[in-house]
Amino acid sequence: MKIGVFICHCGENIGRTVDCPRVSKAAEWFPGVVHSVDYKYMCSDPGQNMIKDAIREKGLDAIVVGSCSPHMHEKTFRKAALDAGINPFLCEMANLREHVSWVHDDIEEATQKAIDLTRMAVEKVKRNQPLATIKVPVTKRTLVIGGGIAGIQAALDVANAGYEVVLVEKEPSIGGHMSQLSETFPTLDCSQCILTPRMVEVYQHPKIKLMTYSEVEKVEGFIGNFHVTIRQKARHIDASKCTGCGLCITKCPIRKKAFNSFEEGMAYRPAVYVPFPQAVPNIPVIDETVCTYYKNGKCGVCVKVCGREAIMFDQQDKLVTEEIGAIIMATGYKLYDISKKPDDSFIKGYGEYGYGKYKDVIDGLQFERIASASGPTSGEFKRPSDGKEPKKVVFIQCVGSRDDSKGFSYCSKICCMYTAKHAMLYKHKVHDGEAYVFYMDIRSGGKMYEEFVRRAIEEDGVKYVRGRVSKVYEQNGKYIVKGEDTIAGMPVEIEADMVVLATAMIAQENASTLAQTVGIPYDKYGFFNEAHPKLRPIESTTGGIFLAGACQSPKDIPESVAMASAAAAKTMVLFGSDMLEREPVVARVNELLCGGCFYCRKVCPYSAIEVREIKDRNGVVIKEVAYVNDGLCQGCGTCTATCPSKSVELMGFTNEQIFAQIAAL
Amino acid sequence: MENNLKAGYFPGCSQTGTAREYDLSLRSVAEKLGTELTDVDDWNCCGATSAHVTNHTLANALAMRNIVQAEKQGLTEMVAPCAACYNRLIVSQHETQIHPELKKEIEAILDSKIENPVQVMNIVELFTKIGADKVKQAVVKDLKELNAACYYGCLLLRPSDITHFDDAEQPTSMEELIKLTGAKPVEWNFKVECCGAAHSIARKDIVVDLSKKILDDAVAHGANVMVVACPMCHTNLDMRQKAIKKEYPEHKEIPVLYLTELIGLALGMDEKELGINLHTVKFELKKETA
Ligand SMILES: Cc1cc2nc3c(=O)[nH]c(=O)nc-3n(C[C@H](O)[C@H](O)[C@H](O)COP(=O)(O)OP(=O)(O)OC[C@H]3O[C@@H](n4cnc5c(N)ncnc54)[C@H](O)[C@@H]3O)c2cc1C
Repeated sequence: MKIGVFICHCGENIGRTVDCPRVSKAAEWFPGVVHSVDYKYMCSDPGQNMIKDAIREKGLDAIVVGSCSPHMHEKTFRKAALDAGINPFLCEMANLREHVSWVHDDIEEATQKAIDLTRMAVEKVKRNQPLATIKVPVTKRTLVIGGGIAGIQAALDVANAGYEVVLVEKEPSIGGHMSQLSETFPTLDCSQCILTPRMVEVYQHPKIKLMTYSEVEKVEGFIGNFHVTIRQKARHIDASKCTGCGLCITKCPIRKKAFNSFEEGMAYRPAVYVPFPQAVPNIPVIDETVCTYYKNGKCGVCVKVCGREAIMFDQQDKLVTEEIGAIIMATGYKLYDISKKPDDSFIKGYGEYGYGKYKDVIDGLQFERIASASGPTSGEFKRPSDGKEPKKVVFIQCVGSRDDSKGFSYCSKICCMYTAKHAMLYKHKVHDGEAYVFYMDIRSGGKMYEEFVRRAIEEDGVKYVRGRVSKVYEQNGKYIVKGEDTIAGMPVEIEADMVVLATAMIAQENASTLAQTVGIPYDKYGFFNEAHPKLRPIESTTGGIFLAGACQSPKDIPESVAMASAAAAKTMVLFGSDMLEREPVVARVNELLCGGCFYCRKVCPYSAIEVREIKDRNGVVIKEVAYVNDGLCQGCGTCTATCPSKSVELMGFTNEQIFAQIAAL
Repeated sequence: MENNLKAGYFPGCSQTGTAREYDLSLRSVAEKLGTELTDVDDWNCCGATSAHVTNHTLANALAMRNIVQAEKQGLTEMVAPCAACYNRLIVSQHETQIHPELKKEIEAILDSKIENPVQVMNIVELFTKIGADKVKQAVVKDLKELNAACYYGCLLLRPSDITHFDDAEQPTSMEELIKLTGAKPVEWNFKVECCGAAHSIARKDIVVDLSKKILDDAVAHGANVMVVACPMCHTNLDMRQKAIKKEYPEHKEIPVLYLTELIGLALGMDEKELGINLHTVKFELKKETA
């Protein structure tokens, strides 16, 4: 076997700490090496040509490139090998940058280590087998989970490209949090006005199958080939008959038993309801937990008034399965709940602001509803306790965010903006009112964002106080806000009529459970993890599953929409070919050796191991062995480490290769 | 009585001086409830204030010596009725648990191993340990005439990561306890506001202002008595009412009881037995006939 070694200086990156010419000289003496050179930039065109020329001229069978991490340039050099006519998997890399020059100072020791690593790679490549990429077919249908603005945008983009979409939303209507907002920063356009046309577009799109009041229950399969089970919760309304006339809703006698969650608990809703008048679809649901019929079998007013006989008290949940090629996660966020003592140990909560003791201490979404023309006060500023117009409103930012000791460490990112918006909206309607904002820093990066905050301060006269609030308490009908003005270096006390807390944006209730169902990683807060924070922010680490919107981290609407379109584009990349190619770094079972203990099956984190029956000539099963599904296997190697009979090997990382590498050290 | 509690008792300096009545009432109440308190032998300063603001090692060594003394007596539980003592003791236990180096250093100073088996309780926890049922059964006098503002101050609850006791911002444990006596807890704002603590000596003016705010809020919310669990709080809220009156002649006085005194009254003891007569602001229950 003829092996070529190519040592890269990476400009100064490696060359500064590693004596590259010496490494290349040393490699000349490794058994099997017939050619060894060093060069300033091996990844550059001339560098790659050096490799290709050497392969052709010297008739090399395999190459080792000593340069950066394989994450960076393995693809580049394998491509060069392929171009020059050798199997790309006969190219190995020795990481002389991340593993050597970037982490060591001593030139002598670093050079020695570089030589060692190169020798190890040479020993490995001698035992490499030519491998062929694996091909799997693709089902060109997309599942979007979550029908907020991110999910809506992703669904529309994919559908408009001509591919079918299944959009699953757990609530009775799509729209998400954006449907609750009054006006949106930084332009103050009406949220509903820009959102509802898109909701209707989704509903009417021939390529979109909309499933509201539904949740994903099971996801099996792999990229291009997912089998998804969806639970359609019983609405108790026959959707095919209902015209959305709303008569059942207006006649339902249960008026004050259930809080209206769309109005953030500031109003009631009947037992049969649509979340809000512009709901899509405009088909109500019956809430079994409050409906009298489910208590004692009586009432049935809705049945009497419905001219279409659409009420179905005995309707059951339905399980639907769908064949899917790509999944877009768009389940959004929720706000940290200030109204109750937190029960998880992660966050200690803010008893100093009252834990929901004071009706006029509200959160941002409640404020949105008060400010909204369609809200419980028809957009007039009236405080929840007594309906009076508040003349002094205090806004407190970072409640739960950026708080290591009591809350979450991260910045919720959008609260600086929406608080400025809130204060502005308030000042626009209550001209003689005063608005105070307590803040730590103002973080308003974004196009026209800083200008927006300045407008609140300079044109609308919102008073910004830099400091934290230590306590809010009620005294003689006023809320005393005790805080610190860190610029003046003085404690301050403000007698407010209403207090608005900008609470942390946190992961959805069951985000981690859903992540486990779907099979994607999430961070310690429950936000879904991207594959790479910079270069792969849209993809999860699981092939074919993409992320959009606030389910990945706190985000505003423009960012959520941008991410959604990017996720849609990613699915189209996937659907661009009929067969998928993937790296052949997968586990392989030696069926002759496999004893069928299936320990590998228990430890496989990707459920990639199946049972295969081995039959004799007469079709009688003689044994069961493990079988690796190439589509699912991620090449982690857990099975190879577990197998007691050493009958499963990871292609490209066989025991023989690894031991040869170690022995070379 | 069976199942009687046996616990160590770390009095601390206040209990032998400014807060003699706290000591007195605790001992009497404990006896009435069949709880056997064993004083820690040869106890010393807990390390509060002066020590822990000047020398970390000294402060921890002082506190840990008391723990080790209790340990040697075979005590597994110990009550420290003074909130500052309680705080110093559990904070030092915590520090020596999480910093092995510090533990070694203190062990060398004390010439003794630290095993840390002693569970330090504050006064509220002592009553929880004795049991609500037991306290309730022993109540002979209904204190329904009392509308009590329970005041926790700072050291009883904080740092909550170490005390693991009640909610540091909206505590309710004292309220639950005094309900057993028929007294009515009032809902008020300043359960955990600062009373000025040791500023009482050097900056009386600060304490006068802070304590007045606390007392006024209690009165405004309908309290006719305050209940405290800390000698320092008691000093500031009770003793300093004279100074408050001087500064603010319109000030309405309100009596301040130790938690143990209030429970003592419910158990049928009189004001004198409990040392309530030693307070600056006078307090007496209404006479039966009145
Ligand atoms: C007070 C406040 C004011 C704001 N103001 C502005 C503003 O002025 N301008 C701006 O740009 N942004 C604003 N935002 C931010 C804006 O709300 C978000 O950027 C946006 O809603 C994110 O969209 P999303 O689709 O990612 O998530 P969401 O809006 O949260 O939508 C997620 C959807 O997924 C559904 N879902 C959740 N879990 C599941 C599940 N398991 N299965 C199926 N469906 C599920 C939910 O029901 C929901 O419909 C504001 C936010 C707050 C809190």
